Amino acid sequence: MPVKVIIPTPLRPYAGRRESVEFDARTVRDALDRLTTEYGELRRHLFTEEGRLRSFVNVYVNDEDIRYLQKENTPLKEGDQITIVPSIAGGTDGAVAPAAVATATLSKEEILRYSRHLIMPEVGLEGQLKLKQARVLLIGTGGLGAPLGLYLTAAGVGRIGLVDFDTVDFTNLQRQVMFSTADVGRPKLAAARERLAALNPEIQLDTYETRLTSENALDILRPYDVVVDGTDNFPTRYLVNDACVLLGKPNVYGSIFRFEGQVSVFGMPEGPCYRCLYPEPPPPGLVPSCAEGGVLGVLPGIIGAIQAMETIKLLLGRGDPLVGRLLLFDALAMRFRELRLRKNPECPVCGPQPTVTRLIDYEEFCGIRGEEVSAPTATVPEIEPRELKARLERGDDLFILDVREPHEYQICNLNGYLLPLGELPRRVHELDSSREIVAHCRSGKRSAEAVEFLRKAGFRKVWNLKGGILAWSDQVDPSVPKY
Amino acid sequence: MSTLRIRADLVEQIHRHAADTYPLECCGALLGRDDTEAREVLALLPLPNRQQESPRNRFVVSAEDVRAAERAALQQGLELVGWYHSHPDHPAQPSAFDREHAWPWYSYVIVSSGSGAKLELTCWRLADDRSRFEPEAVVTMVEAPR
Repeated sequence: MPVKVIIPTPLRPYAGRRESVEFDARTVRDALDRLTTEYGELRRHLFTEEGRLRSFVNVYVNDEDIRYLQKENTPLKEGDQITIVPSIAGGTDGAVAPAAVATATLSKEEILRYSRHLIMPEVGLEGQLKLKQARVLLIGTGGLGAPLGLYLTAAGVGRIGLVDFDTVDFTNLQRQVMFSTADVGRPKLAAARERLAALNPEIQLDTYETRLTSENALDILRPYDVVVDGTDNFPTRYLVNDACVLLGKPNVYGSIFRFEGQVSVFGMPEGPCYRCLYPEPPPPGLVPSCAEGGVLGVLPGIIGAIQAMETIKLLLGRGDPLVGRLLLFDALAMRFRELRLRKNPECPVCGPQPTVTRLIDYEEFCGIRGEEVSAPTATVPEIEPRELKARLERGDDLFILDVREPHEYQICNLNGYLLPLGELPRRVHELDSSREIVAHCRSGKRSAEAVEFLRKAGFRKVWNLKGGILAWSDQVDPSVPKY
Repeated sequence: MSTLRIRADLVEQIHRHAADTYPLECCGALLGRDDTEAREVLALLPLPNRQQESPRNRFVVSAEDVRAAERAALQQGLELVGWYHSHPDHPAQPSAFDREHAWPWYSYVIVSSGSGAKLELTCWRLADDRSRFEPEAVVTMVEAPR
């Protein structure tokens, strides 16, 4: 079907100076293919090296933007008129601060430091300067933040922001390789700053020793080109996602649990966001955190390194980023899988009719506050560790019920009867309801559920050990290891 | 090297637009004539910066605004020959981002803005192979041509 393609003035020199050309074409893609086949020089101005229409090229069919039709698959009929309309963009590179201008070259030392980047044409001097002028914000300096901080600093990303408010503890060291044993007890940001500055003194490090909140998120994120989400909780993850969408910033997402991880790039205009994937958070307590469920220490190293690679690709503008793709990693099977993600047209944040247009209360959204009110710990009868010890020493007949898992029992135990919480309903007949029962777990959370279950099942004399083995170790017997 | 001739009062107007918009980036269209020997800018069309998220270091002229600029040029018997924008606190040199988003043929005028900055005005055209911006000589005209 003959259709007419109107060539905009700036492209006419590449189309034989013609104002319009006619082709037989069935779709917009078809017409553009024919146009760029006939006038090969046009191709690089309209399409990226990967063959995608450049972001600043707009195509109209009879005054209608194809973005609102069927994009490049928009069908054509005889006599249709296709117009290529430029949108114009530009701006400065790098930091807004004037100081950054002077650094837009590489010193002799930097050329040596980054030589393995510089000799690759995909990076080269131009790419390295892009990295030097880039600003990346890392949310969280934990398991994912460690490889992210180390690799992005080593790679020469000029300005790196770090958000965290935690201190280093012994349980971090198994995976948070940015910290050393001597750092235990120190604020994470102080330790991270020292480590990263030693690795690459050229990098500007901004530290934000605060919890990321709906009040401060936009201000903290605003100066950065890319945001990397290395958080371990749902409220912050939704907060980072929404703030990135509102500010139009890419969000390099990663998450880990036990032996599995996920990576994707959200917040790009053409791609989906975290809410397109998960519109609603899981009910509180359903998905355990690393502290509850465990994580193999190498896993955040792998996932964080993939996030670092995606960040650098975005900054260089090279390769295919994980936009619209969710990478799933299973360490036990040692297998990567990929899921296609679509932009949800009804997404409350990034859809065309957003209902979330400013940051909300994410704790409430994720049901955290509600959980605190209805948590069983608040309602079940408890016994303090010291009181339990005193009663045991008096020789009271107490039945100690350990509702943890067998592998936890092996780490340490109070010589109790092991009956994991998940098996309790099936094995409740093993318990004698005439005896006084004290249930415990690691922290007191699972055993509170057990106590509630037993009370409902008719047990009258059952208590929860407040604070679990952790509190027992703190208050009664420091020789019991904490984990 | 190609040449861009521009009236002195329009240069003044671009600097003023940049100063008024500082610390954000300003942008606008250059309307004029494209003769074989030199391109002339005879009018400006200041445009809103549609980049709302990082207007300190980015500017965007939407497709709709581009079409409006084309119509404005036509009404005045002129042609849309290029664009201007400011670099707050940065020199008037095209950035890699400018180049990646540039169209060929158009003249790209860049002015620096900011208190400490030297008030520069430069002009650039994208090379045919998109590999670089080539500088365009700017000739300021004190009187209106013709």
